[in-house]
Amino acid sequence: MPVATDLLDIQDLTVTFGGGSSRVTALHGVSFDLRKGETLALVGESGSGKSLTALSIMGLLPPEGHVAGGRVMLGSEDLLTQSRRDLVRTRGSRVSMVFQEPMTSLNPVLTVGRQLTEGLEFHRGATRAAAKARALDLLKLVGLTQPERRMRQYPHQLSGGMRQRVMIAMALACEPDLIIADEPTTALDVSIQAQIIDLMLDIKERLGTAILLITHDLGVVAEMADRIAVLYAGHVIEIAESLTLFDTPRHPYTEGLLAAVPRLDVLVAGTTARVRLAELPGSVPSPADRTNGCPFTPRCPIATARCAAEMPPMTPLDAAHSVACWERAP
Amino acid sequence: MSAGTPRPALILDGLRKEFPHRRSLFGKAEAPVRAVDDVSFFVQPGETLGLVGESGCGKSTLARLIMRMMAPTSGSVLVDGQRVDTLLPSEVLAYRRKVQMIFQDPYASLNPRIRAGDLIAEPLLIHGLAKGAARAARVRELADQVGLAASSLTRFPHEFSGGQRQRIAIARALAVSPRIVVADEPVSALDVSVRAQVLNLMADLQAERGLSYLFISHDIGTVAYLSQRVAVMYLGAIVEIGPARDVLRRPRHPYTRLLLEAVPVAHPRLKSRRREVLRGEVPSAANIRDACRFAPRCPMATERCHIEVPQPRTLDGDRLVACHFAEDTPDLPKGLAA
Repeated sequence: MPVATDLLDIQDLTVTFGGGSSRVTALHGVSFDLRKGETLALVGESGSGKSLTALSIMGLLPPEGHVAGGRVMLGSEDLLTQSRRDLVRTRGSRVSMVFQEPMTSLNPVLTVGRQLTEGLEFHRGATRAAAKARALDLLKLVGLTQPERRMRQYPHQLSGGMRQRVMIAMALACEPDLIIADEPTTALDVSIQAQIIDLMLDIKERLGTAILLITHDLGVVAEMADRIAVLYAGHVIEIAESLTLFDTPRHPYTEGLLAAVPRLDVLVAGTTARVRLAELPGSVPSPADRTNGCPFTPRCPIATARCAAEMPPMTPLDAAHSVACWERAP
Repeated sequence: MSAGTPRPALILDGLRKEFPHRRSLFGKAEAPVRAVDDVSFFVQPGETLGLVGESGCGKSTLARLIMRMMAPTSGSVLVDGQRVDTLLPSEVLAYRRKVQMIFQDPYASLNPRIRAGDLIAEPLLIHGLAKGAARAARVRELADQVGLAASSLTRFPHEFSGGQRQRIAIARALAVSPRIVVADEPVSALDVSVRAQVLNLMADLQAERGLSYLFISHDIGTVAYLSQRVAVMYLGAIVEIGPARDVLRRPRHPYTRLLLEAVPVAHPRLKSRRREVLRGEVPSAANIRDACRFAPRCPMATERCHIEVPQPRTLDGDRLVACHFAEDTPDLPKGLAA
């Protein structure tokens, strides 16, 4: 890995929804950093706040969402205090986003070519002809066959895998430093998923683009991530390098999550008896039911009275591994 | 089938479903889409057969045919030795006491205006199985078996989490004491930490009741966990079927092998291997010709594959593979095959 320089530094990001008595906190002081050329996976289940984190970075929170505190530093700029005009310039140009469902995030009434050239003309001031030439290169870069034909096609004429390639081409158009990929392969079949994972790994290698990968799929994480941040109910509860997290998870939630996934390699290699899957009891609490304590307390096998009363802070175990747990990092 | 082995709970014999192709105004009629094409397999009592395949391969159509939600074009479905495809509409209700289905999305498959207790009672009512106090007692018993608190039965579906909703759906399926449960992606819509609960529940219920499962999923890890045998489906046909561990450890059909290579690794230590990527995408089922349906994407395909349909052949004793060159399929890279 090259010398680590911070590209994105998120500190204490807090996001609330609604107001008055119905106000709920969806993100509780989320902090992590992302280095140049690195892939960081934000892992969590529904309601963990992983997509909200991405939307906050992009300034795309829904109207009822409100950033109550924290900083999102991209280089020396705080994206949360940027003017609307600067934010528009940042989006698509320095940071771009790949969404889960390419059918709903591509414009159905514009051709693929127009959607690709639009950003280049807007952000880079390219001429029509220059933008078109670059768009063709991009389609080739993401491995689409017959790029000239694709340029003239509309999203509905493409398959799901091809649409996701177009999304990635759009995200790469202005050579951003950072791509936020929100469940980029979740809607795809496993063979197409493998193609898209390989494409993203290849792009990262060739262009050095940093990727913030948002997913619930631990397999995709194992394939792609350099580091992993685990979110639970709006809190980052563990951060570590990918190998460390899979080998020696320290937070009981991370442990439980890893043990609850059937592992094909282990199952196939195993002896005749079927080993029972480890279960995490209960389910993720709704944002309205949260207390001051650790949100994992009701499901945690090692919880104590302190856990129910007080949220543990993120505590470093070593230079690259931090965990928020009273029992594991007192 | 030799004497001594029990009679299969479910047998599909040469099952076929064609959908007429949309006809253009002046063009000549095109060949119909073969969504399910000559599928034959059986499921033993108390056994789980996992059915794996990508979207569009026909797995859900197959489930509908078994549930008698649509009639097959040809071929037959036998449950307990009784033919299902020739049932009269008036006999279908009785049939569904033997075979029940669990759907993928518990958010969409439960009526949002009906309380959990009434949702579980509904099959009892429809099938006339229990009345009054007996019905209420049966609902409580079912709720208990799937791990739902009796106090939650007055709540509406939206008040439950996804995992609990799937428990309600399972209780509904079990209410009529079926022998066979067809589960179409039952945990795909659930959070990772909740999936294990539902999978373990399904395994427990199977052990208690001797249920047979046809477990349909695109997630091979889940299928490997629950299934004794696995069938791999591609473009309407079963290309490989056999004992789960053997098929997943040493796939003999090139499609099975490439599918397994595409599955994301379970641990970052295994990622250094460079997988052989399954190229292209699943073609439309309308384009099937008299050839191996996988030939256009197959790295091993020869001329023969493009002119001759491979018939299923027995390999390694209890495996069926529809490939001319199954013996030549390379093994999985080390690490994945463990």
